[in-house]
Amino acid sequence: MAATARVIDQSSLKKRPSGMSRFWLRFRRSRAGMIALSFIVLEAAVALFAPWVAPFDPYRGDFAATWQTPNSLHWLGTDDLGRDVLSRLIYGARVSISVGVLSQLAIAAIGLPVGALAGLRGGWLDYVVMRVIDVLSSLPALLFYILLMVALGAGFGNLIVAMAATGWIGMARLVRGQVLTLKETDYVRAARAMGGGTRHIIATHLVRNAMTPVIVAVALGIPGAMFAEAGLSFLGLGIPSPQASWGQMIGLYQSYIRTAWHLTVFPSTVLAATMLAWFILGDRVRDALDTSAPGGRA
Amino acid sequence: MPDALLRTVELTKSFTARRASLAGKKVKNLAVDRVSLTVGEGETLGLVGESGCGKSTLALTIMRLHEPTAGRIIFAGRDINGLGEAALKPVRRQMQMVFQDPLASLDPRLTVEQIICEPLDSPGAGARPVRRAPVARLLERVGLAASDMGRYPNEFSGGQQQRIGIARALALRPRLLICDEPVSALDVSVQAQILNLLRDLQDEFGLAYLFISHNIAVTAHMSRRIGVMYLGRVVEEGPAREIITAPRHPYTRALLAAVPEPDPSRREVGPVAEGDAAGVAGRPTGCAFRARCPAAAERCAAEEPRLRPVAEGRVAACHFA
Amino acid sequence: MARYLLSRIVGLLGVLLVVSFITFGLMHAVPGGPFDSRALERQQMIPEQIKRQLNLKYGLDEPVWRQYLLFMRNAVRLDFGYSLAFPSRTVVQIFKEQWPYSVQLGLLTLAFSVVVGIGLGIASAVRPDSWVDHFGTGVSVFCLVMPSFVFAILLQFFFSAQLGWLPTGGWDGPRHWIMPVLANSLAPILVLQRYTRSSMRDAMRAGYVRTARAKGLSRGRIMFVHVFKNALTPLLTVGGPLAAGLVVGSFFVESIFRIPGIGFYFVSAIGQRDYPMIMATTVVWTAIISGAYLATDLLYALADPRVTLVKEK
Repeated sequence: MAATARVIDQSSLKKRPSGMSRFWLRFRRSRAGMIALSFIVLEAAVALFAPWVAPFDPYRGDFAATWQTPNSLHWLGTDDLGRDVLSRLIYGARVSISVGVLSQLAIAAIGLPVGALAGLRGGWLDYVVMRVIDVLSSLPALLFYILLMVALGAGFGNLIVAMAATGWIGMARLVRGQVLTLKETDYVRAARAMGGGTRHIIATHLVRNAMTPVIVAVALGIPGAMFAEAGLSFLGLGIPSPQASWGQMIGLYQSYIRTAWHLTVFPSTVLAATMLAWFILGDRVRDALDTSAPGGRA
Repeated sequence: MPDALLRTVELTKSFTARRASLAGKKVKNLAVDRVSLTVGEGETLGLVGESGCGKSTLALTIMRLHEPTAGRIIFAGRDINGLGEAALKPVRRQMQMVFQDPLASLDPRLTVEQIICEPLDSPGAGARPVRRAPVARLLERVGLAASDMGRYPNEFSGGQQQRIGIARALALRPRLLICDEPVSALDVSVQAQILNLLRDLQDEFGLAYLFISHNIAVTAHMSRRIGVMYLGRVVEEGPAREIITAPRHPYTRALLAAVPEPDPSRREVGPVAEGDAAGVAGRPTGCAFRARCPAAAERCAAEEPRLRPVAEGRVAACHFA
Repeated sequence: MARYLLSRIVGLLGVLLVVSFITFGLMHAVPGGPFDSRALERQQMIPEQIKRQLNLKYGLDEPVWRQYLLFMRNAVRLDFGYSLAFPSRTVVQIFKEQWPYSVQLGLLTLAFSVVVGIGLGIASAVRPDSWVDHFGTGVSVFCLVMPSFVFAILLQFFFSAQLGWLPTGGWDGPRHWIMPVLANSLAPILVLQRYTRSSMRDAMRAGYVRTARAKGLSRGRIMFVHVFKNALTPLLTVGGPLAAGLVVGSFFVESIFRIPGIGFYFVSAIGQRDYPMIMATTVVWTAIISGAYLATDLLYALADPRVTLVKEK
């Protein structure tokens, strides 16, 4: 036994990479994943620096230049008010990404504590939370969004509120499930046997082990929220004009497909490309995070 | 007999399961039914029984990881049933546990050092450099290398993982170690190494063991005394040597008959328990074992056998013992 | 069995009650909405006659809980009052006249996606890692990431605006059906394809299939007798709700292709804040979809002898 232990020592002499860099090493191997990541980073950078990147003011119309098809001045043309389509797309990216990120933060801010508390405390609290979740999830999700937005009125803030109001359910379920599973593991039992209190167990075991699925859920929730934003804006319930949003542009100009195709085809393409990039990214991140089999058991 | 370190008195743990629908009746499961056991200081008590008989529940109940339904748990002369979390903490640290599945009992996201230090991570345990030396000593003591400290549990073999689990349990210098099937998840070749390690450690640290296994031969090898559990109850208890040479309860006999005998000339066809255990929920009236018992008589259906002395230092719960 | 059925029906009614409550609550929370009786007084746009009708219909001068009870009583009688956007028609009339379009679109979509989805799923499962399998994966990724309204716009752009092969909208014959059905079938194809593929694979790995192979049965016989029957029965569980979801109409596809179904009317109801129409549609849709789930579970139990709905003990 001592001999085998020594043999294994040799391999452990090499400096072991930390969890994060191990993840990066695995992720980098996927070319599609890297392309998707670059696309999203580029898009985020363009959104962030929109005032410097956009060639025109996205809100200022020019009545001398309405309904222009793509040309050397307005690369992607202009809309009915003479606003530059490219600039509106760039500002639309801002809306899209910030709705995605903010809604997920709001969802995590509600779902994380609610789910953790329900799982840890159990008893009547858990019962009440679960019944509320049952009731809310009996409503078809899209209808719930629509009703909420009709009631609240279109707008950026209300969009976040509506998404948080529906999205926390999934997060709370996920966290509760994680907590319940971890509570029954032998290593948490061992920690309790060693006198570890609730706080110690949360800090040492729950956070470390439950965080990965939560982070993945948040990351994968971002494109979902962007998707929902586009859909609601398409229906006129999301981002109201004059603010720009891809879904809203598609919805507003959908009937001009023969005369002014550029008003819908460009936002459509950007939206589809973004969704694809997020999907690939999410898929490869999940693969890279799946560390269940590094080396495995001897 | 040495001083009793741990004594359970009529310890009972029942689970209530609600039926599927909201209006369903509550069903009570007696997983541990009035179990009274004694573990002496520095001594090993073995506990045998097939899976589902309540051994593990008993272990978790003694650790107060399950709340006991009734009965007393007397550790070092003090009833710890009913102690609050804070009062329980120092007591718990004197009894530690080794689990069946070594990998599942180690947090996959902690390094070996963090795992072993975890119990030490309480206020006043000292800064990291001070702790490193004892961790290294512990690792070497259980047959690992000090350089394994920075590695993660899934990089080790099953046997090595169990060594880590043992090192963690020892970090607090407990007086009692509850080993719940410590070797049954391991390869046969590794089992003996772990068992020998446990025996060596017992001598060195003066540990008392509650050694739980489904394998009566392994348990007898490890223990001075053995208790046999069936459907939540102790059905026979006594000195290990006597129990394996002259079992009194038919269930113990059946367990022994199930042990492979390497020498064919010594094999004999003994009574074998047929069928499965009835499950704790559906406990029949009379003797719980009678449906599988080769010696069952009418009396066994009518009257439940009590645990009674059958010889010097031995008890059994059978009308014919 | 009867007890199970009863408890499921009670559950369904509970869901409907909750949905109606949430819908009612949200629609009444809208400030200045038509259920705000004071705002109604001041409304100049709405004809006096409709105002009176509204007051009578919804009991707007009564306390809110009475209004809710009134709404529920009317809803049970399938009376949702007049549409605000089309004041000459009741909501139920609109349903009656427009729903057939949604049903047509839904059934066409269902037929198309069953053929494509299940076909691709089976092909991928039978020949894993072949070009069909990769093609199937590509199709499902496309279905997953492409929003239906974006796909609809792109289809219109290529096939109507650029190529001029197909009409941009309307519902006057097979030529009008092609693009809406394509755009509408993204989600159902995704679901059916993935589900078929994985349940086929499970069935092909099952012990009874290996046994059949060992016995030397022909490949075709194994596929038809053992694999299909066992793999496709679970499809019922997704198929029922899927069909229900399709038959109730589509917001996006109907409004882009101007198909006068319920989805189209619902979207314009949203735009014009036609609350009676919104509330009625929500409640009716939820009823149909939850009813489909229930019906599916029952059907499934009939189709698969192993499923018992009542849990033993």
